[in-house]
Amino acid sequence: MIRSEILKEIAPILRDQLVVCNIGIPSQELHAIDDQPTNFYMLGTMGLASSIGLGLALAQPKPVIVIDGDGSILTNLGTLPTIANNVADNYILLIVDNGSYGSTGDQPTYAGQKTSLSKMAEAAGCERVIECAAEDTGRVLQEALDAKQMTIIVAKCESGNAKMPVITMDPVVIRDRFMKAVQA
Amino acid sequence: MNIDKKITDDLVANDISFVTTVPCKQLAGVIEEIDARDEIFHIPSNKEDEGMGLCAGAWMGGKRPAIIMQNTAIGVTINTLATLIQYYRMPLPMLISYRGELREPVACQVEMAVHTKALLAQMNIPTYHFHHQADVEELDAILKYTFMCNKPVAILTDANFWGGYGDQ
Repeated sequence: MIRSEILKEIAPILRDQLVVCNIGIPSQELHAIDDQPTNFYMLGTMGLASSIGLGLALAQPKPVIVIDGDGSILTNLGTLPTIANNVADNYILLIVDNGSYGSTGDQPTYAGQKTSLSKMAEAAGCERVIECAAEDTGRVLQEALDAKQMTIIVAKCESGNAKMPVITMDPVVIRDRFMKAVQA
Repeated sequence: MNIDKKITDDLVANDISFVTTVPCKQLAGVIEEIDARDEIFHIPSNKEDEGMGLCAGAWMGGKRPAIIMQNTAIGVTINTLATLIQYYRMPLPMLISYRGELREPVACQVEMAVHTKALLAQMNIPTYHFHHQADVEELDAILKYTFMCNKPVAILTDANFWGGYGDQ
């Protein structure tokens, strides 16, 4: 399975939740598969999806699902200790770990080699860390929502991208409709 | 006047309840004061761009944020300021320790100090420079201005403002 197949499979779970989605092709794929006002698409700023989602989870009570990638977590590794030490039980970080920088031409990341992001999250102090196969992502994500406990999911999948159009929505429109969905 | 308390009082009076910090010796007192206040959730960051991400999320979640950091962080956060805070039009007060100015003992700090205002100007970031202790009287108005215009706003606080680096 590649990332877009995981996103298609979990789209019904994501639909009613606040979602912060990583820069580049992940946001383009989610936007094309199931655009919702509850989706915050990152158009730039690689690495900060997990931080934006944590700030959002700490500021209000609704569940927040962050769709991140292995490359973006590696870019902002300091996020893991911050997440671990500021527990928000409405926060789920889903790292789609395809071992590559998908948006830039599938160059390999270290997460696809010797580095284990789930072990790094555990070493950072995250208490509920689940590594799963791509096929199990939906079940693990639903269980995390039901558990109402901060959860880091590392979904191991294959490298590759679906061909989707660039998001042309204005960033202020994305942000404004998202904030209205947060308040609804 | 206790500057640390005055700054924190102004943050609280402006309903700022989510503050992230990356420390600087000059900011130690105000960070301690913020940490002690029940009205403010204090979340230390490991890097300033990470902190700006936290602030962006907190603001979209309904809380007014602020970041407290050193001016060296301007070098770290240019991309985040342009593509997140400015692009999505978000307010962000940045209380910045302006190292490398008068009364600075560490020469290397001057190397970023000489670029600080130029970078902020290049980014079209409204910038205020607190040099004398009395300058803090403008903080309340600066915070109101920040949340009026939904922009990042820089408040540079130099060693003279803090009473001399290491003397305070």
